[in-house]
Amino acid sequence: MSTSQISPVEQKGAGVATYLDERVGSNGFLRRNLNKVFPDHWSFMLGEVALYSFIVVLLSGVYLTLFFKPSMVEVIYDGPYIPLKGVKMSEAYDSALNISFEVRGGLLMRQIHHWAALFFMTAIAVHMFRVFFTGAFRKPREMNWVVGVSLAMVALMAGFSGYSLPDDLLSGTGLRIAEGIVLSIPIIGTWASFLLFGGEFPGTDFISRLYGIHILLIPGILLALITVHLMMVWVQKHTQFPGPARTNNNVVGYPLMPIYMAKAGGFFFLVFGIIVIIAGLVQLNPIWIFGPYTPDQVSAGTQPDWYIGWLDGALRVMPNWEIQAFGYTLSLNILIPALVIPGIITTLLIAYPFIEAWASGDKREHHLLDRPRDAPTRTALGVMAITFYVLLWIGGGNDIIAVGFDLSINSVIWALRISLIVLPPIAFVITKRICLALQRRDREKLLHGRETGQIMRMPNGEFLEIHAPLNEEERAKIIAKPQVKPLPQPPETDSSGVRNPKLKKDKRRAKISQFLFGDTIAAPTGEEIAHADEHLAHEVIEDAPVMAEEEALQIAHDGSVLESPGTSGKS
Amino acid sequence: MSDSKDLTPASSGAPATTSDTQQALRPGAWPRAEVEHHLRRTDTDPRAQKRAVRQVSTMFLLSALMVVLFIVAFIAIPRDAVITLPYIGAIGALNAAMGVTFGLAIFLIGAGAVHWAKKLMSDVEVVQERHEMKTDADDTAVAADIYEVGKETSGFAKYPVIRRTMLLAMALVPIPFIVSLRDLWLTPPGVTTPSEELLVTLWKPGMRLVTDITYQPVRADDIPVGGLVNVVPADLPLVEEEEHNLNARAKAAAIVVRMTPDEIQSQQGEGWDYEGILAFSKICTHVGCPISLYQQRTHELLCPCHQSTFNLADSANVVFGPAARRMPQLPITVDDEGYLVAVSDFKEPVGPSFWELKESYS
Repeated sequence: MSTSQISPVEQKGAGVATYLDERVGSNGFLRRNLNKVFPDHWSFMLGEVALYSFIVVLLSGVYLTLFFKPSMVEVIYDGPYIPLKGVKMSEAYDSALNISFEVRGGLLMRQIHHWAALFFMTAIAVHMFRVFFTGAFRKPREMNWVVGVSLAMVALMAGFSGYSLPDDLLSGTGLRIAEGIVLSIPIIGTWASFLLFGGEFPGTDFISRLYGIHILLIPGILLALITVHLMMVWVQKHTQFPGPARTNNNVVGYPLMPIYMAKAGGFFFLVFGIIVIIAGLVQLNPIWIFGPYTPDQVSAGTQPDWYIGWLDGALRVMPNWEIQAFGYTLSLNILIPALVIPGIITTLLIAYPFIEAWASGDKREHHLLDRPRDAPTRTALGVMAITFYVLLWIGGGNDIIAVGFDLSINSVIWALRISLIVLPPIAFVITKRICLALQRRDREKLLHGRETGQIMRMPNGEFLEIHAPLNEEERAKIIAKPQVKPLPQPPETDSSGVRNPKLKKDKRRAKISQFLFGDTIAAPTGEEIAHADEHLAHEVIEDAPVMAEEEALQIAHDGSVLESPGTSGKS
Repeated sequence: MSDSKDLTPASSGAPATTSDTQQALRPGAWPRAEVEHHLRRTDTDPRAQKRAVRQVSTMFLLSALMVVLFIVAFIAIPRDAVITLPYIGAIGALNAAMGVTFGLAIFLIGAGAVHWAKKLMSDVEVVQERHEMKTDADDTAVAADIYEVGKETSGFAKYPVIRRTMLLAMALVPIPFIVSLRDLWLTPPGVTTPSEELLVTLWKPGMRLVTDITYQPVRADDIPVGGLVNVVPADLPLVEEEEHNLNARAKAAAIVVRMTPDEIQSQQGEGWDYEGILAFSKICTHVGCPISLYQQRTHELLCPCHQSTFNLADSANVVFGPAARRMPQLPITVDDEGYLVAVSDFKEPVGPSFWELKESYS
């Protein structure tokens, strides 16, 4: 054991550790966790980006609370921003202008807060894609997937409640739309709206109510969920991609102390620093340009933050269906895009891990990630969902698109309506085909080696490309392909001839199982691989010199240099 | 390629690379993973190592320097100074300087730490075994037993009446909190349901139409064919309190357009125009955005929020988009002085649809 000198500072530190240990037994915790191993992959940093930008949101948010006044009391602007001098506005908007123009660092903090929120939402979305497409949600991590989806939804509310607070024209318009949606809820809509707003829209209560929700309730829920999310990651250990030495029963990577303390800790500062630099240089949400909110004004081309765009897009592309019956009104044109579609999407997201587990009957723990191609139906479903989402998102900017490309707004909307039904299934089919094709290529590479780019000419004049065995890394990835078999057709009767009482149910389950896991390219058997390895070992002449064309031609004519490799290695 | 392969422990004296044997000796250290490992320059070349140390400490030092620069910028740069940057354009100099210095101060700490980890700390991958999440059978059995004993000794199973009454009490106890939320809306005297309030606006028979910002009455003769004026009821400025002012505005805001009488194909009521001047609600019947885009050639009104389109020459019926109801028309005429006045309130509900609406109004 190398014994380095213990410095006085370290001695103090040891004293603190002992003090704590004698009271809470913390050394045992350190012993178990300080050298916890984490696997390395760039995509594992996506969740970190989300976590770190959340911390940045919290820090900058605390600063903003020191200056922001969540009040709808009317004041007359008397600040340094000339165009708004003498304009009546709410105290909330006035204080937001004050933060932007008078408080040094105020605008920077506002922009840090907003940029970090955008980073947060973006990182959550991409992190979720990573987890979905690699199957990281499988047992034992289904619950953490549910926590993650809830986090995404609450984060969305955090964002919306945040940019609605400054009471500028844009945020007020967003609230008006939200109020219109609440009004459309059957039976309780008008009551819900009146209770939320303290009466008619906009009233004078809402900003202060929303403020409490935005700075206390939502961050509290987010913090609680994030804590659970991280604790589960910690307890269950991180998943890893297949590779040499990596199995379903280990974690290969670097220990927390010191590597990940430096890397992950450093990464926090990188994310934080980048957000601050962007916030210093790139303006967003210039509330002073929009002016104070008044319910009878709006500007054309208004856009919400990107993560709300898909909901706005859904509202835009929906046909105007409204049902009147028995003296009541059901606004399907609002309910379907604003509540039903988001509800279905959330439910499907939450349910997916359980659907897959149920349809496969698989009860094993999974710690090795799938490569997306190795789960073709899952990947295709994911791409299908993303296609649907992106189309809605594009819908949120249909006016910008119509103006930008000089199209009729009506044709843009009709194109989107049709695309929303037609494109997702097409995306599904194409993605699945690509996945299966990639699987075929993997099989090919495993059995016939990779293409080296070196062409060999045979004595008989035939050209061949030399193939070489894959390296360890590639090989391990391909061999790790999961073998999920769809459930077999249920027997109609059991061994003693009694009819299966759940036959219909079992059949349906087998059908879904077939859909999810049926299509796959058979992985090579061990025997095939062994045979291929032997074969390749004979064939490979990778170190053969690359010759000038003339020289090579001569030798090939002569036929004496290269041993005939026998059967071809071409694919 | 093969000479940099390192499957045997490094013995270059690099501080962070520990040998296999040492790792095996240390309690709590993980075994090395059986994977290819390439030595880095910093593992083999002491000069590269020194350079890396220098780079890391320089980054930390620069971070400290940025903090000093931040303070200088905070004090020295006036609030209204503007700086023009390539690609970005003219932005506030103070904000930019603070953002860049503060941002770099933070970023450089991270860059230093990551560089340190990548160049100087061990990059030997190790293996930690996983264990099934499941608790072993013995512990599970003990837990189950403790539960059983608890169930028996407490009488939870024995006295169902206790169990059921407790569940009942627990189910009901959140109700007072929910009921207390009722007064989030302090219902004004004479009003019983929200929909009553939503169905009336400030417009009354004989009330003048005034411009929305300067509150000037609108003379019929002053509106040219093809013109559009944003109007509110003349009483709106009298609604003192900000709350009621904005609330009243949110329902009563209207637009006045003029077309030649023969262009009018239909109206929501006979003679609701005044010599081709028509007044409509400005609040979209979809989700309540104020509608402001009017195309005078087609007489179409387009909502900028969700693109609902209404034909004002044809009773403001919906011609496209997600709105289901036409825009309510305000019957108007002129008073003795030639100013536009309302004949009555809107006859159809203004703004978004809601459950209690009894008719389709279109």
